[in-house]
Amino acid sequence: MAYELNGTTYEHDEEGYLADINVWNKELAELIAKEENLDMSEEHWEVVNFLRDYYEEYQIAPAIRVLVKAMKKSFGPEKGNNKYLYTLYPYGPAKQACKIAGLPKPTGCV
Amino acid sequence: MSEAATVEQPLSVEDFYDATVLPDPCEIPVIEPGAMADSKPYEAAPEFQKALGFPGELVDDWHEKAIAKLGELVEGSRALRVYLDTCVKCGACTDKCHYFLGTGDPNNMPVARQDLLRQVYRKHFTVAGKYFPWLVGARDLDEEVLDQWYSYFHQCSQCRRCSVYCPYGIDTAEVSMAAREIMATVGKGQKYCNEIIGKVETIGNNLGLQKKALVATLEDLEEDIEDETGVAVKIPVDKKGADILLVTPSADFFAEPHIDGLIGYAKVFHQTGASWTISSYASEAANFGLFIGSNENMREVALRIRTAAQDLGVKRIIFGECGHAWRVAYSFLNTLAGPFDFLDQNYPVPQHICEYTYDQIEAGKIKFDKSANDHIRLTFHDSCNVARGSRMGDTPGGQFEIPRTIIRASCNHFFDMAPDTIKESTFCCGGGGGLLTDDLIELRKKGAQPRMRALQQVAQDHGVTHMAAICAICKTQFAKVMPDYGFDMDAILSVHQLVSNAIILDDAKTDQPEAGDGDNAQPAAAQ
Repeated sequence: MAYELNGTTYEHDEEGYLADINVWNKELAELIAKEENLDMSEEHWEVVNFLRDYYEEYQIAPAIRVLVKAMKKSFGPEKGNNKYLYTLYPYGPAKQACKIAGLPKPTGCV
Repeated sequence: MSEAATVEQPLSVEDFYDATVLPDPCEIPVIEPGAMADSKPYEAAPEFQKALGFPGELVDDWHEKAIAKLGELVEGSRALRVYLDTCVKCGACTDKCHYFLGTGDPNNMPVARQDLLRQVYRKHFTVAGKYFPWLVGARDLDEEVLDQWYSYFHQCSQCRRCSVYCPYGIDTAEVSMAAREIMATVGKGQKYCNEIIGKVETIGNNLGLQKKALVATLEDLEEDIEDETGVAVKIPVDKKGADILLVTPSADFFAEPHIDGLIGYAKVFHQTGASWTISSYASEAANFGLFIGSNENMREVALRIRTAAQDLGVKRIIFGECGHAWRVAYSFLNTLAGPFDFLDQNYPVPQHICEYTYDQIEAGKIKFDKSANDHIRLTFHDSCNVARGSRMGDTPGGQFEIPRTIIRASCNHFFDMAPDTIKESTFCCGGGGGLLTDDLIELRKKGAQPRMRALQQVAQDHGVTHMAAICAICKTQFAKVMPDYGFDMDAILSVHQLVSNAIILDDAKTDQPEAGDGDNAQPAAAQ
């Protein structure tokens, strides 16, 4: 189970989450997004970048609420809400966006 | 043609029924043998298995090991032995399982699913099965059977609805737990549960949320509450000497609508002047050790709560909205991690947040502006482990009435779903028992069907717009599957979210002395 990009293979688990979060790069993110049938817009990237920054500091993805607040700050209330995040990432902003951001899947009752 | 032809025709009988009669939640489906035979969760990787004391992968002598483990289990539990011996195939359970109703797969009739294990038990542990296997439906555990176990014992959410209808009271959940325990023991564990249990045992919660992130999240939440209400409601972490330790599912720190429930608990504690804290060491109510049938792992998770309570010097433990956690807490906590003689015995050990809030309402300590929930027409989903595995308060049925009393106190428009789908007959959300994982999404959607049909009925009959629950699994599951049944994902609410919306907060109640804290017993002595 691996992504292939420019002759390099990147191992992932059964669900497509990168085995090694350090190998992530933007091109790889685009490839993972494509496999999820998503085209990365500016708003998609905003979420991914926020997740990566947050992860670097806290070693976990942020609560949905925290992510919503960050989006509101960047794009205003129209895009700063849970529903909008689901239009960006239909399988859930935490799980799907984490996958594209190269981060581990949030586990538990979430 | 008469003039009547120009008048709008009444609906035909067929159209009338099509338009107004929704399918019965309990409607028996057409049988589809093998429909779900391919439904299987991912197996746990060696690292997740080993961390819990199980072999990394399927061991070579798995057959012998599995039979030996089954022998050990029936020797150690007379109850399990009775469940395996006593079924007479009366059929009362056949149409009681939400997974059978949703999938039509006959192996999801509880009797058939149990028989996957029972046939092996008969073969090895009964005289008739040893010598005349063909007469009593005995069969050895071969690869095909093991495969069926892995598939179908992960299509039981251990909700125990079938047990309510079984004339012998056979507890199917125990059979599923035994099968899962045997599989984990021979190296065939489930990824979702085992990875999560490992995180609780190392980090303290299902999410893997470290203290730094927990504190940041809760500080952020405090700011939000103050911005919204003008009141400095606190959510303390690791506060030594607090009276109450709140143990809540870590989903309450992360997901929607769970986090709105957490805000509700905090507001209730604030308004009643309670001294409370969350522990970063035991920052999880959930105990997936139950789901995989592993007493050892269940104990290890439970012991963290004991350790946290002692380290922080609390007098009481209160559990947040989490279904199976409350079953483990109410029914097993003392056996697993007791005695809790260091806690204040004037209060229930442990207590449910709904019991706490209910007592405060009864004592007149909290008041509501119910109009704050007037945009909501509500129904309530009884979570299976609360409904059938525990109780609240000190009267029978308290686990049904206490949440409903809180709802009625905070919300003007409340309507119950059909009687055969609530209280002790409640349907599982479709994601309980360790099945709330993306690799089982098809099963989860199908398993939600009976509950969703009951909801569609009250939506049609009473204009119900939202459903509340007191279980993190139920909330996540419904948020995920509701859009498939015509509801918004935010139509699922936390019970304490309704409390949060409607509670009337006074100013400056935080950190006051405990004099005001007096739910159903004497106030705890001051330190």
